[in-house]
Amino acid sequence: MAITLTETAAEHVRSYLEKRGKGFGLRLGVRTTGCSGMAYVLEFADEVAANDNVFEDRDVKVIVDDKSLVYLDGTELDYGKEGLNEGFKFNNPNVKDECGCGESFNV
Amino acid sequence: MALLQIAEPGESTAPHQHRLAVGIDLGTTNSLVATVRSGSPVVLPDESGNVILPSVVHYSRNDDSGKCTVVVGDAARDHAVSDPLNTISSVKRLMGKGHGDRALSESGNQFAQADEDNQVPAIATACGDLTAIEVSADILEALRSRAEASLGGELVGAVITVPAYFDDAQRQATKDAARLAGLHVLRLLNEPTAAAIAYGLDQSLSSAGQETATDEGSLVAIYDFGGGTFDISLLRMTQGLFEVLATAGDTSLGGDDLDAAVVAWITQKGELGEITDAGDRKLLAMQAKAAKQALSESESATISFTLSSGASFNRSLSLSEFEELIEPLVARTLQPCRRVLRDAGIDAAAVGAVVMVGGSTRIPRVREAISEFFGRRVLCDIDPDQVVAVGAALQADVLAGNKSDTDMLLLDVIPLSLGLETMGGLAEKVIQRNTTIPVARAQEFTTYKDGQTAMSIHVVQGERELVDDCRSLARFELRDIPPMVAGKARIQVIFQVDADGLLTVSAIEKESGSVASIDVKPSYGLKDTQIESMLKDAMASASEDMQARALAEQRVEAERVLLALQGALQADGERFLNADELAEIDKLSGAVASAIDSDDVDRIKDSVKALERGSESYVERRMNASVRAAMSGQSIDRVGDSLTDTASTDSAT
Repeated sequence: MAITLTETAAEHVRSYLEKRGKGFGLRLGVRTTGCSGMAYVLEFADEVAANDNVFEDRDVKVIVDDKSLVYLDGTELDYGKEGLNEGFKFNNPNVKDECGCGESFNV
Repeated sequence: MALLQIAEPGESTAPHQHRLAVGIDLGTTNSLVATVRSGSPVVLPDESGNVILPSVVHYSRNDDSGKCTVVVGDAARDHAVSDPLNTISSVKRLMGKGHGDRALSESGNQFAQADEDNQVPAIATACGDLTAIEVSADILEALRSRAEASLGGELVGAVITVPAYFDDAQRQATKDAARLAGLHVLRLLNEPTAAAIAYGLDQSLSSAGQETATDEGSLVAIYDFGGGTFDISLLRMTQGLFEVLATAGDTSLGGDDLDAAVVAWITQKGELGEITDAGDRKLLAMQAKAAKQALSESESATISFTLSSGASFNRSLSLSEFEELIEPLVARTLQPCRRVLRDAGIDAAAVGAVVMVGGSTRIPRVREAISEFFGRRVLCDIDPDQVVAVGAALQADVLAGNKSDTDMLLLDVIPLSLGLETMGGLAEKVIQRNTTIPVARAQEFTTYKDGQTAMSIHVVQGERELVDDCRSLARFELRDIPPMVAGKARIQVIFQVDADGLLTVSAIEKESGSVASIDVKPSYGLKDTQIESMLKDAMASASEDMQARALAEQRVEAERVLLALQGALQADGERFLNADELAEIDKLSGAVASAIDSDDVDRIKDSVKALERGSESYVERRMNASVRAAMSGQSIDRVGDSLTDTASTDSAT
């Protein structure tokens, strides 16, 4: 299994990394918090740690640590617009239910 | 499913804890809102994809329901011709202005009658009388709802930019407008500083190893020729730290004036006479603006329209004709450029970069004139309309706590000296102009009369020596000063200017601990002299002011001596003096009193000296008597104590 990105998401990540001027790739993760148990982490990654997994899709390196991968495996990162708002979306097959806003979830 | 943004490593926020912050460029002609998304600044568009919101508001009232409708932006501008009196544009020019200000009569709006209750001029509209603050609040409200729709949540705050030249009244008015619009102001940021942040000049200059980068930092000039204001600022950048060295400008010079020059040309060429109809005036202004904008791209522009009177106009304006029309205005922007260099004591050649900000810098002739002036190519890569909003957004992101990058610290300066009124109507400057803020300065003052129990503190702003020539900001009173001899009370007055350039003045009487303070609620209602003319006046009247100060100081001194002497004479004059001596002192006092009424500094000084000489023996006798009285029955140790006491009160002036 792996982590993948849609082309729109990959385009945005590449452009953000370029504007930022540094960074190894994109870090995806989860942490225990929020109203429904888990919350996503989406950060620029400057380094890779020993327990990290590195996936590469559409010229973007995605870094996920071992612990997060359990919850994220098979996830596709997408980029979308809702009205004037825009941003990244996690299409995560592991999710059983999520809170109304979708910022936190349960597996 | 929520839409997420990429955070810096280790800085992901908890769900529902995203700190949404925006930067707002509240401009005279156009306003913009920007934010930082996944580390990159973006200007936020509306539903139709337009990022620029014209700073125009239209008010209408439904005749049946009586309901009021407010429209902002392009939709409002469409009413400019059909309903000019209810369509308010360039309202930024009216911010913080009082009744009778030139800006009011030139705005083309209809104002409600000034009376006791309305200290702030109000524009008469279909929705009632509205102040400039309320109209600005409607613009900010439109930007806020656009930002909240774009970011999907409530804003924690906004950084709003103001011209570096805005005075305290104008800054406070801007803050008031934000509060009315439901925005929390993280900070007011000077527009040039925002532009510098947008260009990231601190990094580019130091990393590129510019030839001008010395230990003293790199110098950058920000030339901001916007719709309604002109600013030139000189910034120094040292290791990523911005400091505004000096600012100057013209709060009443902008693209609107370039349009007016074109309007004047049209009126003259078309022999249209004086245009009185408000609709025609707006139509003409819009035609002029369109021609100006076209001439940034092409060699000529065609102007064609028909007035309500039926008179029509159809002629083309060539680029060279246009450049001739605007040349005096371009030249006017160069004077403040010279002034900032002089204020900062810097040669034009030492400036390492020149940044162009504001729509008017799209005009090729403007760029050319400025690059000639500074002798270097100007920077105009970032859209000059967006650069300020982008910088404000970057700053808002830092202030909202989304970035650990705290080394982006900004230092701004106050545009005009702040001080207070002392005896004789003199302005004592406590904080000098171009001092970096935030700043706090304390100065000690004392009482003038014996037994004085209150002190009136009059806060003024300006460069002139006499209070009458400065701008009055606020007055307050310090009460409950314990009765003491004149000059014994120690009153500490503290001037504090916060990061937004807003002033708090407090006074404390040290012995009793009585305290009084005031947040400078800027005096909207005051007749306001333009800042630039205040500065000009200060230069022009320097020697006159010096004499006026000398005269006023001498008068105060003479009056103080008379007052002290009279008090003493009343108490024990007859004990120490015979009739002849009394008569002599009386005569000399009379001479001082009449000298005070003259305008002759030397005469006052001489008469005071004569009086001091004449009363020398009297003073000596008094002193001896009081020393004797004080020492009788005291041990040597106690005498030493009381001498120490005297020494400490002596320094309290």
